Amino acid sequence: MFLANLAILVLAGFVGFAVISKVPNTLHTPLMSGTNAIHGIVLLGGLIVIGSGASGVLDKVLLVIAIAFGTINVIGGFLVTDRMLGMFKARKPEAGTESAGTGEKGSATS
Amino acid sequence: MTSFIDVLYIIAFALFIYGLMGLTGPRTAVRGNLIAAVGMVIAIIATLLTPGTSNWVLIALGIILGAVVGVPSARQVKMTAMPQMVALFNGVGGGAVGLIAWVEFRTTHDYAHLAAYVPVTSLFAAIIGSVSFWGSLVAFGKLQEILPGRPISLGKPQQLINLLLLLAAIACAVIIGIGVNSQLLIVGVLVFAAVLGLMVVLPIGGADMPVVISLLNAFTGLSAAATGLALDNTAMIVAGMIVGASGSILTNLMAKAMNRSIPAIIAGGFGGGSIAASSGGATDQVVRQTSAADAAIQMAYANQVVIVPGYGMAVAQAQHAVREMAKLLESKGVEVKYAIHPVAGRMPGHMNVLLAEADVPYEQLKEMDDINSEFSRTDVALVIGANDVTNPAARTNPNSPIHGMPILNVDQARSIIVLKRGMSPGFAGIENELYYDAKTSMLFGDAKSSVGSVTEELKVL
Repeated sequence: MFLANLAILVLAGFVGFAVISKVPNTLHTPLMSGTNAIHGIVLLGGLIVIGSGASGVLDKVLLVIAIAFGTINVIGGFLVTDRMLGMFKARKPEAGTESAGTGEKGSATS
Repeated sequence: MTSFIDVLYIIAFALFIYGLMGLTGPRTAVRGNLIAAVGMVIAIIATLLTPGTSNWVLIALGIILGAVVGVPSARQVKMTAMPQMVALFNGVGGGAVGLIAWVEFRTTHDYAHLAAYVPVTSLFAAIIGSVSFWGSLVAFGKLQEILPGRPISLGKPQQLINLLLLLAAIACAVIIGIGVNSQLLIVGVLVFAAVLGLMVVLPIGGADMPVVISLLNAFTGLSAAATGLALDNTAMIVAGMIVGASGSILTNLMAKAMNRSIPAIIAGGFGGGSIAASSGGATDQVVRQTSAADAAIQMAYANQVVIVPGYGMAVAQAQHAVREMAKLLESKGVEVKYAIHPVAGRMPGHMNVLLAEADVPYEQLKEMDDINSEFSRTDVALVIGANDVTNPAARTNPNSPIHGMPILNVDQARSIIVLKRGMSPGFAGIENELYYDAKTSMLFGDAKSSVGSVTEELKVL
């Protein structure tokens, strides 16, 4: 079981490397924020450990905090990323209404 | 049921990967983020479907608490404060990992009857998670200006102390591994790692903070993957590892854009030694002050004005005022462009977000490599709250700590107007020779009101 998981881990590492080969500077901040949201997956860890029947008071308190932290990470991460990216998108129609802008789709930045 | 959950996990991590691919392209980014979020929802539901799940009230309590804190802060945070918000969200992720590892130690009775890989991965996660949590808090504090942005360092012994802290944390973990049963040891692991996180990030100058946040982001990813190994959860392994790997690539890309090496950043002290290194006697030189009226006239009769926005513009919330002024200039037949340094603002891409918010047309935003050749044809370069990215010392002074950093060649413009609050040095704590250039005139004051008064002057011209 552990070895199979280790294999998955190594392969996932290479996938991670491959996905981020070329990213325009413009997207560095949203991308960081997006990957940040994805590691909010730690929330699952909190759910599994508390769900399997943590009983001590200290354990429960720690896990509720852990779940709250994980939820903040997930929700906050995705919302903030969406807000940032929304700024890029919202501009297009608006630029079209102005004399200076033509509202054309921005080509990928180098 | 368990194989159904596993299938859901596979769907979830496939969506993470697909979403992440989308996030790397400008047109697919919004959708990519949504796809990844859907993956996350599926993963959470799958986990809650686990047979025998108990403590439902506490689960709901934790999620509600997180949502109550997370949603408003993500909704209301100003775009200028985005970098520290990301640091904070990253930090709580690391904190969650540390807490989970702690409870796992307690509930498994010191890993009794468990395979050896469980303590190893769980304690690894505890160390990295704790470093990430406390390190991110320092990064947040520095960017939020709760803590001073300048490096806080113990000097030479710092590296040794950091190494000792790491060894102490590992030693506690090893003693646990040998089978010594003590709550103190796991607390020791977490505390030593916490102090290590504080000590590693405190000496790092504010200008390097984006790279540090990205690095801590990758760390949290790794710790999530390690937790996944300990809990035998594929979704956590894949998602965590992808973030660990992509985060380290991203960190590298960012460091490259700033011409900094990651080891040099971790070694710290970017602004610390710079006070000595900055060209001596610079403060004796005179600066030329100008008025809003003069600046307005200068720009109104220019053919081309290049606006160089920096973080100072962002803090003053001046982007809308700048857009107003640019519109007026355009109506007078002046060509207006914006020169965007890769790390303008405090993170790569941060300035693009801010200007987009003010409806600046996309075509007017020029990246550094495109605009640098144009400065010699530019009549007026208007620097608004940007400092280090315009410092010619990066090109000319090999002793400067920012030597070799790619900069905007603002000094090649026919004249330069700098809007600045005062003569304080920039985020990196380095004197800027540009201000003493004979072609440069300074307009002191808050960026927003300065731009506002220039706009008023333009209206009456």
